[in-house]
Amino acid sequence: MAAVANMPVSDLLKSFKLKTKQQELLIRVSILCLVYILAFITRLFSVLRYESMIHEFDPYFNYRTTLYLTQNGFYDFWNWFDYESWYPLGRIVGGTLYPGLMVTAALIYRILHFLRFAVHIREVCVLTAPFFASNTTLVAYFFGKEIWDTGAGLVAAILIAVCPGYISRSVAGSYDNEGVAIFALLFTFYLFVKAINTGSLAWSLASAFGYFYMVSAWGGYVFIINLIPLYVLVLLITGRYSMRLYVAYNCMYVLGMLLAMQIRFVGFQHVQSGEHMAAMGVFFLMQVFYFLDWVKHMLSDTKLFQAFLRITVTCAVAVGSIALGLGMLSGYISPWTGRFYSLLDPTYAKDHIPIIASVSEHQPTAWSSFMFDFHILLFLFPAGLYFCFKRLSDATIFIVMYGLTSMYFAGVMVRLILVATPAVCLISAIAVSATVKNLTVLLRSKNKGVQTGSTKGSSSSKASSKALLDQSQPFQKNGAIALLFGAFYLLSKYATHCTWVTSEAYSSPSIVLAARGAHGSRVIFDDYREAYFWLRQNTPPDAKVMSWWDYGYQITAMGNRTVIVDNNTWNNTHIATVGRAMSSYEDEAIEIMRSLDVDYVLVVFGGVTGYSSDDINKFLWMVRIGGGVFPVIKEPDYLVNGEYRVDKGAAPKMLNCLMYKLCYYRFGEMLTEYGKPPGYDRARGVEIGNKDIKLEHLEEAFTTSNWIVRIYKVKPPNNRW
Amino acid sequence: MQWPVLMVQARLSWRLLLTVPDPDPVHNYLITLTTYKKRFTRESQTVEICPRMESSRFYFFLFALAIFASPALSDLLLSKVDRRIYLTSHIVRISSTLKVENAGPETVSEVLLAFPEQQAKNMAYLMATPHEGKGKVKNPVVALPVEVVNPKDMPPALTFFSVSLPKGLAEGGSFTFDVLAVFTHALRPIPEQITQADIQLVLFQDSAYYLSPYAVKAQSLTVKLPDSRIESYTKLESTKIHGSEIKYGPYENLPAFSYSPIAVHFESNQPFAVAQELVREIEISHWGNVQVTEHYKLVHGGAQSKGEFSRLDFQARPNVRGASAFRYLVANLPPRAHSVYYRDEIGNISTSHLRGDSKKTELLIEPRYPMFGGWRTAFTIGYGLPLQDFLYESEGKRFLNITYSSPMVELVIDTLIVKVVLPEGSSDISVAAPFHVEQWQETKISHLDIDGRPVIVLKKTNVVPEHNQYFQVYYRFNKLSMLREPLMLISGFFFFFVACIVYMHADISISKSSASYLAKQQWEEVQAVIQQVQNIVSRCLAIHDKLEASLRDLYRTGDIQACKAARKAADGVLKELSKELKPLLTTLQSSPSAAQILPKVEELVAKERELQEKVMVKHSTVVDGYEKKSGARDIENRVALQQQKLTALRQEVDDLLELIDEI
Repeated sequence: MAAVANMPVSDLLKSFKLKTKQQELLIRVSILCLVYILAFITRLFSVLRYESMIHEFDPYFNYRTTLYLTQNGFYDFWNWFDYESWYPLGRIVGGTLYPGLMVTAALIYRILHFLRFAVHIREVCVLTAPFFASNTTLVAYFFGKEIWDTGAGLVAAILIAVCPGYISRSVAGSYDNEGVAIFALLFTFYLFVKAINTGSLAWSLASAFGYFYMVSAWGGYVFIINLIPLYVLVLLITGRYSMRLYVAYNCMYVLGMLLAMQIRFVGFQHVQSGEHMAAMGVFFLMQVFYFLDWVKHMLSDTKLFQAFLRITVTCAVAVGSIALGLGMLSGYISPWTGRFYSLLDPTYAKDHIPIIASVSEHQPTAWSSFMFDFHILLFLFPAGLYFCFKRLSDATIFIVMYGLTSMYFAGVMVRLILVATPAVCLISAIAVSATVKNLTVLLRSKNKGVQTGSTKGSSSSKASSKALLDQSQPFQKNGAIALLFGAFYLLSKYATHCTWVTSEAYSSPSIVLAARGAHGSRVIFDDYREAYFWLRQNTPPDAKVMSWWDYGYQITAMGNRTVIVDNNTWNNTHIATVGRAMSSYEDEAIEIMRSLDVDYVLVVFGGVTGYSSDDINKFLWMVRIGGGVFPVIKEPDYLVNGEYRVDKGAAPKMLNCLMYKLCYYRFGEMLTEYGKPPGYDRARGVEIGNKDIKLEHLEEAFTTSNWIVRIYKVKPPNNRW
Repeated sequence: MQWPVLMVQARLSWRLLLTVPDPDPVHNYLITLTTYKKRFTRESQTVEICPRMESSRFYFFLFALAIFASPALSDLLLSKVDRRIYLTSHIVRISSTLKVENAGPETVSEVLLAFPEQQAKNMAYLMATPHEGKGKVKNPVVALPVEVVNPKDMPPALTFFSVSLPKGLAEGGSFTFDVLAVFTHALRPIPEQITQADIQLVLFQDSAYYLSPYAVKAQSLTVKLPDSRIESYTKLESTKIHGSEIKYGPYENLPAFSYSPIAVHFESNQPFAVAQELVREIEISHWGNVQVTEHYKLVHGGAQSKGEFSRLDFQARPNVRGASAFRYLVANLPPRAHSVYYRDEIGNISTSHLRGDSKKTELLIEPRYPMFGGWRTAFTIGYGLPLQDFLYESEGKRFLNITYSSPMVELVIDTLIVKVVLPEGSSDISVAAPFHVEQWQETKISHLDIDGRPVIVLKKTNVVPEHNQYFQVYYRFNKLSMLREPLMLISGFFFFFVACIVYMHADISISKSSASYLAKQQWEEVQAVIQQVQNIVSRCLAIHDKLEASLRDLYRTGDIQACKAARKAADGVLKELSKELKPLLTTLQSSPSAAQILPKVEELVAKERELQEKVMVKHSTVVDGYEKKSGARDIENRVALQQQKLTALRQEVDDLLELIDEI
């Protein structure tokens, strides 16, 4: 792409009397600047379409903590015990989060204020992800330059700037860990590859710090701490061991580990958790390898060395496995967590941990979403792999391994497409850059021959013979032009696809819902904020709100009220208790709610608007999670012949459980659609089965204008006499 | 409201009270006196409600007054009092027309107005204007000065205001003026808690007689209600009711301090919008904008809602189930208001409408949810106004002339804080407000400020729409200060670029003797030399082109001498250039880091020299041909072979140049 763009521009630049080197630099820098800006502004669709606001669920917690950090300072933030969530347990916030994102945003905020830009912290938070996405493009450029050449670097920067797989988590307002973590991930990898290529201590130190930043930002650092040892192992096996590798890995691992321990949430996991043991194993293996290398160097006798090798390897393996076994048995080394298992075995979570399986972003990826998120990169990826294998080096082996492993994980969990995106972009960039370069070289040499022939009008036998020589490969030039146009067409298709996806699919804040009205006008459903603001203003400040955990972060951040459970799903039993309350009969549920001091119950209901991700559709997960801890809740009680229904044919327990009652209270009197009976649920397209719902212990406190959020008040107990 | 304990009793007794009206004022004193006493003896059995008790205490004072105080003020008398009480919104307005007559010998210049303590506490606004008869052309009204006074020998339960007449009233003279008193929180919802389906009933209490320290000759009272649905009202001897109006009077010849309590209990579904706190920030930018930001904390001040809120009922019949709730507020913004926004702490609120014409801009805002009794909300509206409409200059000082209060229609504001943010560097600040406000100064640090902008804070409690008057802030400001912030930005960028340039040119490596550093430096030197070589080669090529051009001239004009001269000149230059080239090549040969590129360079130089020779040969051949007057075709044929070689050589040289460039 860059090479093609060069051609007309270079004439213009020549008029500035610039040297070719300077021309090239100027073009490169201006392309990078444009890509930097493009990556930022393409993520602003959400601000233009909606407003400058925080999106989704988790970002609200991050926003709340950032607000706390900027208002109360770092030490208060670090020692923060949050009474407003997980009532009555509370949450030690400082010790249970990755502080990288908040600290970054607070730092940007401080810097801006120091420079006298009086911006609001919300704006900083909203724009953090696009800002880091822009930085990622720069890192991608340098990474591409490191593993291939500047052309590949430039193409990688362009591809990653607009790639939907990355945009999905980094639009303005998506203030989540991933926003900065992808930058940190790629940056760490880049620094590590640079360290391997140069064997320089400085670069590996830098990569250790990059790793530290990544650890502070996202739990996905586990990917780095497993991929790098795996990569080192592959290099060892393929006989590419070198001093550069030794320096780079050891420095990065030791320093990175020590730095990572400073994050309280990670703590001693690097030496205690099964997920981090691979890195430690490879670290010791490196030492053994180095030792053997040294011995081999010292011993001239090969036979002696063979014997020595056998003994050492056996001893090392034995000691290692004994240490690991002892650690596991004594419980010093914790076994792998469920999340890690579910990555290796996609069916694990479904059978064992319903709370992980219930999250939509943990579902296995559908083919369509690969196509949606990668578009042509999906085809360029294998091509890039081919080029990488053709020019194998330490760096290309790294990118190949990164690409292949992350592609596997992307297939296991839909959210991990994000991790695969930088690798896919880099490898595809290699494919694009190498192809275009080959084609243009062909085209240029050809052009020159034609040019010199035509400069002097007089035809000559030599010139024609030369031309004949070039014609040895027929239609080469035409073929090259056609291929270039093809590449141009594909890349422009990619650009339009990315823009379309960004504006249509990934820019919705999911707090505010938009729909098209009957006359094509835009209808806004702002029910969530209506309800949260009502909670904030019209309930006592110490009121406890019970809702399904999805809405926990939003209620605390926007409603400023205490919640029972929230999106930090650290306590399965507590969530199961709420699930049990929701799936019990009202008089049983009231006991649970009284024991939890619940004042208000909040449910999300889409029957009026046809909003399908509401609590009735999530209800089976409440039953499953509740039933996982409390066996009194049985999933078959809520199903009829294995079918989940809410109409007349629904299971009696379903029709009378708390969730059903709260969602459909007085819904039976309502006409939702013309020509349908009252109580017609538009989200599920059926008439509800229980229209006569009486509440005994709860009363409707507030329902939003489109009924999406319904809040009930727990009545005080009746007087006994 | 100040008597929470008594509220409970009040709820039981409001009906009782209203059915026992008392026609006779004098008798009334006695009854109230006894009830006043009763209060101390039989506390458990109370049939009075608190305001009545207030008034009973007050009567006690009146009674005492009637006995002890001599009518020192009775030189004046009110010959006609016409009172109208507007209860059409939750802000109570009492408008009275008073005609004063001086019966005494001395000239009087002040008239006292009396208000019971309870009313005075709720009084937000009081204005007296000279009365102008109906039908007259309205002149700009000049308000009469009013101030609080504490005359001696007056009951302390009354608050007195003194109105200064425009000119002293001589004996027998008379003067008519209007008094407008505005009260907030004067309507009490009874019952205090209602469900969604209930209608909101409120109670208003006052006296049927005009309370005055002067005797009143003739008076009448009209009470205007929002509509004709009246729960109950005090019936006195001459009480008439016309639709939504209740008329008391006329009464004649009542002594000073006459009082006869009346109470009206009626339905009111007007929006009881009360802003508990409003912070208005008016920020002046001399670049042409006045930015107004208003932070509201709003509450529905009517009857508290209790029980369920059913959205279904509210949606189906909003005027029956939820009659007391209000859904929207209207703000009348100044004309040409622009960039209007409406948001709250958690984001933008999408339910608002803006209509504008040349006279005003009407903003209709809906809170996120309908406001039922006791419900709260908080929001912010902001808008920009053109500077020239509000900022003027006089005597070297600038002054801002803008309205004080909120643009909202019928809004009661408990605490209003207006902050005027002046541009950085303003000095000599003073404020002229039409009424008393608490005042202090702050600083605000906004975009690109160094020492902050001066902020004038004006605070006032109990504000009603009548306070929406213009006030002025005077200050001095140097126009040049406007350029400060742009200059700061420009210099910031300037220094950034300078830093970049310095960074690019400065050598900041730490160890100047390390191998890599030396190699890098050498490589840079080599690059510079190669650059020079390239320059020379390209200059040579340019000279070749010149020679070719001279040949073309020769074809056209046949001027052999000129052509020869050109060759001579070119020859000289080429020689000089080759001289220049020599030292460069030697440096390259001596430099170890140029080893890689040297063969290419040498090849380039050699090829170029060959080219040079070929060009010379060709040139001389052609010139010779011309001298010998050979035919053009002949010369062409002779040169053709050379030409081919030349082209090939030229191509090679170009290729080499490019190759070296890429390295």
